[in-house]
Amino acid sequence: MKLKLASMVLAGVMAAAPAMADLVFPSLSYRTGPYAVNGIPFADGYADYFTLINARDGGVGGVPIKMIECETGYNTEKGVECYEATKGEGALLYQPLSTGITYQLIPKVSADGIPMHSMGYGRTSAANGKVFEWIFNYPANYWNGASIGINHILDINGGDIAGKSVALVYHNSAYGKEPIRTLEELSKKHGFKLTTIAVDHPGQEQKSQWLQVRREKPDYVLMWGWGVMNPVAIQEAVNIRFPMENFIGIWWSGSENDVIPAGAGANGYKALAFHGVGDDYPLYGDLQKHVVDAGKAAGAGDQLGTVLYNRGLYAAMLAVEATKKAQEIHGVAQITPAMMRDGMEALEITEASMAALGLPNFGPEISVSCESHGGAGYGAVTQWDAEAQKWSLITDYGPSDMDVIGALIAEDSAAYAAENKISERCN
Amino acid sequence: MIYREAGDFKTTYKEDSQTFPIKFDRWGYYVILAIAFLVIPFVINDYWANAIFVPFLIYAIATLGLNILIGYCGQLSLGTGGFMAVGAYAVYKLMTAFPDVSMIVHVIIAGLITTCVGVLFGLPSLRIKGFYLAVATLAAQFFLVWLFNKVPWFYNNSASGMINSPERTVFGIIVTGPNTSAPAKYLFCLIFLVAVAWIARNLTRGSIGRKWMAIRDMDIAAEIIGVNPLTAKLSAFAVSSFFIGIAGALFFSIYLGAAEVGEAFGIQKSFLILFMVIIGGLGSIFGSFAGAAFMVLMPVLLKNVLVGWMGWPTDLAAHMEFIIVGGLIIAFLIIEPHGLAQLWRLTKEKLRLWPFPH
Amino acid sequence: MPDQLLFAMEVTLNGLMAGVLYSLVALGFVLIFKSSGIFNYAQGVFALFAALTLVGIQNGQVPFAHLINSIFGTNIHNFGWHVPSVIAIILTIGVMVLLAFLVERYILRHLVNQPEIILFMATIGLAYFLEGFGDIMWGSDLKKLDVGLPQGISETVETVTDGWFGYGFFIDKLDIVATVIAALLVAGLTLFSQYTKQGRALRAVADDHQAALSVGISLRFIWVLVWSIAGFVALVAGMMWGAKSGVQFSLSLIALKALPVLMLGGFTSIPGAIVGGLIIGVGEKLFEFSIGPMIGGATENWFAYVLALLFLVFRPQGLFGEKIIERV
Repeated sequence: MKLKLASMVLAGVMAAAPAMADLVFPSLSYRTGPYAVNGIPFADGYADYFTLINARDGGVGGVPIKMIECETGYNTEKGVECYEATKGEGALLYQPLSTGITYQLIPKVSADGIPMHSMGYGRTSAANGKVFEWIFNYPANYWNGASIGINHILDINGGDIAGKSVALVYHNSAYGKEPIRTLEELSKKHGFKLTTIAVDHPGQEQKSQWLQVRREKPDYVLMWGWGVMNPVAIQEAVNIRFPMENFIGIWWSGSENDVIPAGAGANGYKALAFHGVGDDYPLYGDLQKHVVDAGKAAGAGDQLGTVLYNRGLYAAMLAVEATKKAQEIHGVAQITPAMMRDGMEALEITEASMAALGLPNFGPEISVSCESHGGAGYGAVTQWDAEAQKWSLITDYGPSDMDVIGALIAEDSAAYAAENKISERCN
Repeated sequence: MIYREAGDFKTTYKEDSQTFPIKFDRWGYYVILAIAFLVIPFVINDYWANAIFVPFLIYAIATLGLNILIGYCGQLSLGTGGFMAVGAYAVYKLMTAFPDVSMIVHVIIAGLITTCVGVLFGLPSLRIKGFYLAVATLAAQFFLVWLFNKVPWFYNNSASGMINSPERTVFGIIVTGPNTSAPAKYLFCLIFLVAVAWIARNLTRGSIGRKWMAIRDMDIAAEIIGVNPLTAKLSAFAVSSFFIGIAGALFFSIYLGAAEVGEAFGIQKSFLILFMVIIGGLGSIFGSFAGAAFMVLMPVLLKNVLVGWMGWPTDLAAHMEFIIVGGLIIAFLIIEPHGLAQLWRLTKEKLRLWPFPH
Repeated sequence: MPDQLLFAMEVTLNGLMAGVLYSLVALGFVLIFKSSGIFNYAQGVFALFAALTLVGIQNGQVPFAHLINSIFGTNIHNFGWHVPSVIAIILTIGVMVLLAFLVERYILRHLVNQPEIILFMATIGLAYFLEGFGDIMWGSDLKKLDVGLPQGISETVETVTDGWFGYGFFIDKLDIVATVIAALLVAGLTLFSQYTKQGRALRAVADDHQAALSVGISLRFIWVLVWSIAGFVALVAGMMWGAKSGVQFSLSLIALKALPVLMLGGFTSIPGAIVGGLIIGVGEKLFEFSIGPMIGGATENWFAYVLALLFLVFRPQGLFGEKIIERV
């Protein structure tokens, strides 16, 4: 029995033997556990785009993409296991969709020389490419998000919010605490009053927090929530009749799953975004033809067009574009992780290139360089229409306050560099 | 045939009361130690170290710690995750405050700090018993996690509240941080495990261990025959927390490298380690190892079989994993409530008689 | 009246309401512990499973659709009908009774006379099993639960209190409904256990298993009965919480909210679960309101436990628990 078990373990692990003929993109997804609701659509979108590229174009530059899915359950230990299990297969790029796992992997991928792209999450100061050689977080990060949110409030008020009050309702974890520093700086700059209200994991019960909102009557509420915290918060906000148009969530608090449970009351709720919403893009025709109708859609195939599905699609699209760039720079089709990084550092996404991909105006223009791994930090605001059951963009992709954020990024990355004795590159 | 006492003569009391009185066992033990120290470090790679061996070694330490408390002293505790967090944050503060001191010292001091916290939260055990105590230790779990999340001093005021383990060495060999080699990680944890297991074994068969067991079996009777419940219970909490603190320190610094308290040391961890204790067998050193091995290997194995071989979608496989692990726990309890250790004992009994069972 | 006092009153009222919801979950624990001495950790997962089943039946979902589709390559998801709430609830109760029967048949029957901790572990195993099983059966995406429960601020309370104090209190309509249902449930259970044959048998088993057996009470039947009732209570709890947050995995974590209630009230007392729930609900909300802002908030998770711990130091068997008499 023991021997059998041992040999099965051995064989099970051996099954993960390296195969170098494909472009390997591991997908550290979570379709189970407390955050499955958010993990499923992202993982589906990520997978479907790769399937589409393989089915329609025969891969990138003639080399097929191999996506290895590994279930993390949003659990850092399983994340480590997945990382170790997949890195031997020639993984080109990691996108863990979890701030916790991102932090975990930052030192590991840096030591192993594999790029990691934490799109709109993870460690914000990774935008400083001089310190974080292998980590990318374009097109926008949490601090951009905080600033874009405040900018939107500024816009509504004609540029003056001195004396107004803003409350931040946040997930009491590394992720939720990220924007606090930026918001504190911005509150000094613009003269608004900031209150922070923590919600503990998982956030099933938020009565106290929302009673506090009701008592203090902030003019605006920003939210950094994830998982079940989002729908409960929106429901409670509806209950206390907080004006929905003054309630702005980060891009992780702005999917269909978050607003649908609150029903009609959620009408007008706003969320930030760094990519387009809905399925009104030419690319969706190809998706339908090559993926859905061919029966190759990932998961249940019912997530097309949702916000988080689009985000997965977008993440995969950026990965594929960076791969093309890498192939172009190095002149080989079978690229290595180091080449992938070069491709990512040279990535240019313009209006025209997005239109050519069938995703016109899908996201902000991005240009990555050796120094800046964070892109320009543009973002937009979306609003929920409960009647039509859909999100719509209500602003253009606007800039964030890079004066404030740039200084914070420099400070935080310098601390990291000092702690880990990293010398700056790109000089 | 081979496995029996016959012919294995003892001439001194020392020999008679040794840990492995049967020669075959003794040799088996030496062989396993030799393989663990002399063979595995040379063949281990990153995957085996990070996905299997290091977590196994660390969980085995924690399981030993909890087993002393539950299995030997009978005090049900669900605060393991919180105590591991104490070890982790202690070692983080020590690592960053005294970069030049050897990691071994840091880990031991972290264990001692956890001991103090553990004794403090062990105090209610003098009045509260059984499930009430279990739920009371949950207070420690939730309070400690909240504390580490809330007070910026514990995470050196970093923006997000994550702690990252910087590169530290033992005798010039890097043992923490991303550039650690797989054998270094493995050996560092192995040394601690062997030391802890040795201490545990010798404590539990000495007078203090007997006191613990007396308390476990019937505390009032124990009190009457002169066991001081205060010292017995608190010493169990102290030793247990010391081990768990070491496990927490290693878990963060060697294995994870970065941690967030609510996620890495949440209530799930407490339950996981409780599983290991019970699946392995209450009140058994071997059981602690077996339980940890079972709970670490099982999910990895299932995942590799279901996803790697049978090509199932990962979510189905993950759900199946829950079903199978849950089913196995129930099946185990029905077939052998005393855990893997009891199965091992039964096997040994059979082996003694084999091949002539009558 | 000063504002702070009004706010405190509002917080207290909401705490009472939240406490009722905690009691609902705790009730399931108490029922099972009383009759079989099992600390049923799976109670939270029961609530999740019941709510998932309810939504699944209501929306005409095909059970195990994902599994079937990936094995046979089919593409079925839905029967395409919509079952009315009442029928769906009845069907779900049926499923929970079946579950109780299976638990008795395949788990409890084999574990008679085992120590408490083994039974406790078995329920943890059961929790794991059901978590995976529920997800495979109904899928792990978020589902909206709609059984016609009202939601949102109660205008009546707001206007009335506004008239009295000049400040309208916030009370969620769902909480009011939950309170009424919980009260009915407790009254029903009390009547059942006091005045029916089965109820008397149930109390007899709770008092002394062996004595009950010797007068001809079937332990098995009682266990199935008790687990069915616990399943029903879980369904009610799942509906209340599911209406708030949608039905998804985190629903199973509400069990953690019930544990301090149990400690405080005592594992064996139904009134204890109610009173304990109210004390915990009010205590944690008031603490978060008064002390929370000073120490950074989000105290609710641990405060309940610390409160219960302090209580236990003075009364180790909980508020209404049976006094533990130990003999050598």
